[in-house]
Amino acid sequence: MSFSAGDITALWLTLRLASLVTLLLLLLGTPLAWWLARTRSRWKGPISAVVALPLVLPPTVLGFYLLLAMGPNGPVGQLTLALGLGTLPFTFWGLVVASMLYSLPFVVQPIQNAMEALGERPLEVAATLRASPWDRFFSVVLPLTRPGFLTATILGFAHTVGEFGVVLMIGGNIPGATRVISVQLYDHVEALEYGQAHSLSATLLLFSFVVLMVVYGFNRRQKLARMGPL
Amino acid sequence: MSGDQINARFRLDWSGFTLDVDLQLPGRGVTAIFGHSGSGKTTLLRCIAGLRRADEGTLEVNGETWQGPGCWVKPHKRPLGYVFQEASLFPHLTARGNLQYAQKRADPQAAVVSFDHTVSLLGIGDLLERRPDQLSGGERQRVAIARALLIAPRLLLMDEPLASLDMARKQEILPYLEQLRTELDIPVLYVSHAADEVARLADHIVALDRGRAVAAGPLQETLARLDFPIRLGEETGVVLTAQVVERDPEWKLARVAFTGGELWVRDSGHPMGDSLRVRVLARDISLTLSHHHDSSILNVLEGVVGDIAADDDQGLAMVRIHIGETVFVARLTLRSVAHLDLKTGQSLWVQIKSVAVIQ
Repeated sequence: MSFSAGDITALWLTLRLASLVTLLLLLLGTPLAWWLARTRSRWKGPISAVVALPLVLPPTVLGFYLLLAMGPNGPVGQLTLALGLGTLPFTFWGLVVASMLYSLPFVVQPIQNAMEALGERPLEVAATLRASPWDRFFSVVLPLTRPGFLTATILGFAHTVGEFGVVLMIGGNIPGATRVISVQLYDHVEALEYGQAHSLSATLLLFSFVVLMVVYGFNRRQKLARMGPL
Repeated sequence: MSGDQINARFRLDWSGFTLDVDLQLPGRGVTAIFGHSGSGKTTLLRCIAGLRRADEGTLEVNGETWQGPGCWVKPHKRPLGYVFQEASLFPHLTARGNLQYAQKRADPQAAVVSFDHTVSLLGIGDLLERRPDQLSGGERQRVAIARALLIAPRLLLMDEPLASLDMARKQEILPYLEQLRTELDIPVLYVSHAADEVARLADHIVALDRGRAVAAGPLQETLARLDFPIRLGEETGVVLTAQVVERDPEWKLARVAFTGGELWVRDSGHPMGDSLRVRVLARDISLTLSHHHDSSILNVLEGVVGDIAADDDQGLAMVRIHIGETVFVARLTLRSVAHLDLKTGQSLWVQIKSVAVIQ
């Protein structure tokens, strides 16, 4: 197995992208998941649907609309231009924004499910023990929904590593900026460099397998722990 | 507005159910909120805790307003302890961790509640390092009660803390609750649908039926009312406070005196002069017009017939009998009432088949 310099650059870029996207999604997705888990607002349905869209939408469709929105004539593009930031397509930060939308359900849904499963009772108990809303969140909600957060982190990261369609649409193929591992792989195949393609593919395959092993192993341990000592 | 009182007025409509109460509860002692399931007991407790906001309501606890027009104290700002019906310990913390959670957040202005004393009061010293899933239902509830005390509450709310436990577990916890009753100087609101728990623990009772308070008052008086609005059936009976005046080691009996008479009870180890609580069920009383000396019944007292009322059960009557200043309630068949020709004011003999020492 061998990696070219281009492969290493692509791997490193992918790693940076996925880490950053996961971190930002955890920060932004947590309040969103909390709201979705607890609200009785009539907006819950529409917003849940928007969050879940990337699950069913072809990535190229998502990428196409993002390209329009972030382009110089799109609303986001106009905004970023007005702020003096230039336009986002074909930049690393454009990829970050697109990836966040693309991986959003993979982070929000596990956290939301864990929070819904928690129910009202632990929060009420904490309230009668004089814990303020913030205190309740950090001392009760976070520790009790940890498995949800772990699943969210792993799925969000892995899903971002594997994206392709969205990247091609709005990122193109710029080494070091937008040429992520899946694009690099595509280039190898286009160029009939099957050996290189194998190396990258096998790496991704192994990575995905290990990630899922960890998720399932962890969930199993949690279940056993909850059942108590035998 | 009295300082030593809880004034609670709530009105709440919720999918066909209406809670509509206006209660003045004593600011000390144990008040039982008694009623069948669905009567609104838990909802009332949740309104008091602020876990549920009644559409309309005022709440004053010992001179402090917690809810009123334009006033709403958030639940975490109310100095109360709450014991939930089912286990409510945080599963991610050990028993000790659960207790410390409360201790860390206790009202800084309140007197410090001793951790060690609370732990020994509830007998949980050996359980502290266990996680909630390693505790039995009864043990979990004891830890939960200790946790509610460590917050240094000025009002303790208990929502059927024994309801989810089996008989043996209940018997395991009741002595701790009785101990608590004598040690605590804060008011306790104790929600229950079990007449025996109420008889053992409460000083006051509020009976709820379909969201309304249908009776309220001191326990002994209220239970002796013939028109007590909640059907107790076999559990109908009175509760008396009595002093131990003699102990008979030979027969393992104790003589206890109440206002107006004396009873022999099984010696439960209470020393002379001790005050204890006994319960006499209406079904355990029979009436005779003459004094029989050739009976197995130990307690035969002279009494005077008070009110007579038909019971809800067909063919039965409830009769109040005054023995001195104390009122007993007897449950007889209507045929017996006719046969003895019972009339208010009539003197007769009261045979009490069994007396339960409940404290």
